[in-house]
Amino acid sequence: MRWIWIDRILELEKGERCVSVKNVSLAEDVLHDHFPAEGDRPATPVMPNPLIIEGMAQTAGIMVGHARDFAEKVILAKIGKAAFTAAARPGDQLRFTAEMERIDESGASTVGVVERVDPADGSKHPLATIDLMFSHIDRNMSGLSFPEHNFVFTDQFMDLLRESGFETPCLDG
Amino acid sequence: MAATQEEVFGKVQEVLEDALGVDNDEVTMEAKLSDDLGAESIDYLDIAFRLEKAFDIKIEQTELMPEDVLNNGEYVQDGKVTDAGMDALRQRLPFADLSDFDGSRDVNAFRDVFTVEVLVKFVQAKLEAA
Repeated sequence: MRWIWIDRILELEKGERCVSVKNVSLAEDVLHDHFPAEGDRPATPVMPNPLIIEGMAQTAGIMVGHARDFAEKVILAKIGKAAFTAAARPGDQLRFTAEMERIDESGASTVGVVERVDPADGSKHPLATIDLMFSHIDRNMSGLSFPEHNFVFTDQFMDLLRESGFETPCLDG
Repeated sequence: MAATQEEVFGKVQEVLEDALGVDNDEVTMEAKLSDDLGAESIDYLDIAFRLEKAFDIKIEQTELMPEDVLNNGEYVQDGKVTDAGMDALRQRLPFADLSDFDGSRDVNAFRDVFTVEVLVKFVQAKLEAA
C-alpha cells in the first residue's frame, strides 16, 4: 500500500530539523470524498486534516529515525497538539517543517509548522502547528517482542530519501 | 533558592493540563495520573519531557517510571513484585505511598501510585539536588 503523504524532502539536518513538501492534487481520490457536493452545497475538495498530521508525522518521523541512523523503530505515540488555521486546497503546496524538541533512548518530541504555498504567486501562509511524540518501541514495550527488521522505515521511505538527494543507510531485513 | 511546594505545584499543574488535556481544577494534589487524569503509558514519557523543560532539570529514562525495576526478573516473579523489588521501588520513589500497591504488587498496577503529589515531590527533590 502507498501511504506516503509527502512528496520530497528539502532539508534534513541530523537530529535538528526536517523540511518536506506535499503537492495537493485533485488526482487524489480522497479529495473527492472530502467533501462531495450534497444538496445545494457544491463540492469542496480539501485535504483532510488527519492526513496533514500524517504528513507531519512522516516528516518528523524521518528526522527522528535519521537522528539514530534508522536503528530504532520509531512509532507515532501521541499528537500533543494539532491546530489548523486554514484549509489545503488542490494546487496548493504544503511545506512541513519539523524541529526536534528532545530525543533520548525512549523516544522523541517534535514541534512543527505547516505552511501553504499559494501556486498563484508563491506566497506562503500559515496552515497548522503540529507537535508530536514518538516512541522507540523496542525500548518501551518490554515483554512484547517485535520483528527484528525495521518495519517502520521501509523501502518507500528510503526511496523517498534517495530521490530527494539524501544518503540512505543499508538496513537489515 | 528552593522553590516552594506551591510554586512547583503550579507548574506541575500546567504541565499536566498540556500533556493530558485536563482542566486546571481536575489537577489536585490527590489526583491519580492514571485513574483520575486518564494518563496512558506514553503520557508518562511526555510528562517527563515537559517537566524537564518547565523546571530546567534532567530526568533519566527510568528515574520517574522505574521500568528497570519492574522489568527485572530479580524483582518481579509471575507479574508480582518481590520483597526485594518492593525495597528497590521504595528507594527509588521515597515520597510515593506504596501501601496500596503493596497489597496487589501487580506490576501492571504500578502506575496507580503516581499522584500529582508524587510528581510535585519528585520535582522538589530534583530541584534540591541540583
